[in-house]
Amino acid sequence: MKTENQKAWFFVLPVLLLVAFNALIPMMTVVNYSVQETFGDNVFFWQGLDWFEQILRSDRFHAALGRQFLFTFLILIIEVPLGIAIALSMPRQGFWVPVCLVLMALPMLIPWNVVGAMWNIFTLPDIGLLGYFLNHTLGINYDMTQDPIAAWVTIVTMDVWHWTSLVVLLSYAGLVSIPDAYYQAAKIDGASNWSVFRYIQLPKMKTVLTIAILLRFMDSFNIYTEPFVLTGGGPGNSTTLLSIDLVKIALGQFDLGPAAAMSLIYFAITLLVSWLFYTLMTKDDQN
Amino acid sequence: MALELRSVTKRVGGVLHIKETSLTLEPGQFNVLLGATGSGKTSLIKMMAGLDPMASGAVLMDGEDVTRLSTQKRNISLVHQFFINYPHMTVYDNIASPLKVAGMAKSELDDRVQEAAQILQLTPMLHRRPHELSGGQQQRTALARAIAKESRAVFLDEPLANLDYKLREELRDQLPELFAGRGAVVVYATSEPEEALLLGGKTALMRDGRVTQFGPTADIYRNPENVEAARVFSDPPINTATITKQGSEARLGADVRWTLEGAAAGLQDGTYTIAIRPHHVVPVAEAAGLVKLNGRVQVTELSGSESSAHFDLAASGQETYWVSLSHGVHPYEVGELHDFYMDPRAAYVFAPDGSRVA
Repeated sequence: MKTENQKAWFFVLPVLLLVAFNALIPMMTVVNYSVQETFGDNVFFWQGLDWFEQILRSDRFHAALGRQFLFTFLILIIEVPLGIAIALSMPRQGFWVPVCLVLMALPMLIPWNVVGAMWNIFTLPDIGLLGYFLNHTLGINYDMTQDPIAAWVTIVTMDVWHWTSLVVLLSYAGLVSIPDAYYQAAKIDGASNWSVFRYIQLPKMKTVLTIAILLRFMDSFNIYTEPFVLTGGGPGNSTTLLSIDLVKIALGQFDLGPAAAMSLIYFAITLLVSWLFYTLMTKDDQN
Repeated sequence: MALELRSVTKRVGGVLHIKETSLTLEPGQFNVLLGATGSGKTSLIKMMAGLDPMASGAVLMDGEDVTRLSTQKRNISLVHQFFINYPHMTVYDNIASPLKVAGMAKSELDDRVQEAAQILQLTPMLHRRPHELSGGQQQRTALARAIAKESRAVFLDEPLANLDYKLREELRDQLPELFAGRGAVVVYATSEPEEALLLGGKTALMRDGRVTQFGPTADIYRNPENVEAARVFSDPPINTATITKQGSEARLGADVRWTLEGAAAGLQDGTYTIAIRPHHVVPVAEAAGLVKLNGRVQVTELSGSESSAHFDLAASGQETYWVSLSHGVHPYEVGELHDFYMDPRAAYVFAPDGSRVA
């Protein structure tokens, strides 16, 4: 078809402007910082790709990236199966449905920094409810301010507590959309509970699970507030995830160039992994 | 293989939904459950399939009590009104699914699937997904699954209700032959009397959670045991009126009288209901022994080969409308008083409680 005129561009203009101010322009300043060295008084020196090279070669970045992948891997491997299991065991009808739904939604309604603060106080060995109980009642040596393992257990548990609900609610939405007739058909075919899950429930949940996994991946990969409030990246650097490290470089050391380069690398990794996840999970549908 | 229900009942929220029902269903012909929506057809099927718990009673298959046997182990098939296929599986896998679950060897499984697909003309669609099929093809897939499984009992719960009428007719004609000679008890639920008549076999009439009459469909048509059964197989609706019997004489309203014959003549004096099919009420007296009625014509319908007239019996002192159905084209004028002739020997007589007495 021949293009009649170029009017359509005018209709796209508002959103283009919005995206420009909201994303493009801030991002370009980051790009600007990432290729220059800056001192005070807005004096810039051209650096080329030096900062990128420096970041990519730095052990500190590798360590933070490794911790980041470990954290995301742990919470996905726990939250997704746990969320599905909880959704499967929730009632599908009756009085308890709204009760369960509200209870499930509660953790997600709490602001992130409050979650961090809550778990910090909750787990402090001398005054926290959990910390005190573990140390003084059960006699388990648990101190997330001193012991890296304890710190990891705490941030992972906190995230599981905070975000498993998202997987639960999305899976549950998928589950309740399955008509009874499918369960009946499966029973009549002689299918076991596992087959019902594998061939009826899982395929029906697939779309929402894809969304859940993507959201959980992106959120956990970019997580900052909760672990920052809870452990501040410590003890030592043991829970310094990528975003915490980034903020340390940018605002702590005021190394704007390396921080900008790191942001862009960080962004590229998030984008790449999300794309990989999405492509893999939706591969079947395209055939 | 026979499927037997022994005094089964079902409660829903404390209310007795299926009243005590006993039925013995046999293979070789269709067993039609015929009743309006909510009459308990699906409930009965679910009880036979073990999908719904019963309040009391027993289900027997081949004399073996399967009441406590789970659905998975009963070896049955169910085809729904809605086209239930596994959406992410191909037609082939859908038909094969119960066989795979049963752990059948691949070559035998393939033979069975191919055979069922061929019977239902699905061979070219075997590698499609259900959503790529038309409604008729989806329902054929569900039927193919039931056939390939070679189960002991096949339940068809209004399987044609969601198909357009052309497909419905086509599939309805094929159904009896699909299951012929397979040795399975076939139970077919429908709310359309016409389907029961066309499918043949036996019919169980259902009403308010009760089987009101069970037997060969043609027998029910010829010998309804109650007013409801008489009403079911009549299109246009069967004509009913209240009569008073005194001695050997029957009186309808003030001045329609005739002499009762046969069983009706031996009844006690009193009030009865008669029911007579529209084609036994005609506008011209062609035979002897017909009873003349005078009615005011309200609505007339002429089709190519039949004329029907709806008329009221106000002139005979009854607040009822009757229908006359006659061959050929008969000229009626709406609003005119017209003579109609009914054949009293063709009338069913029912006691006040609705049971057939003559």
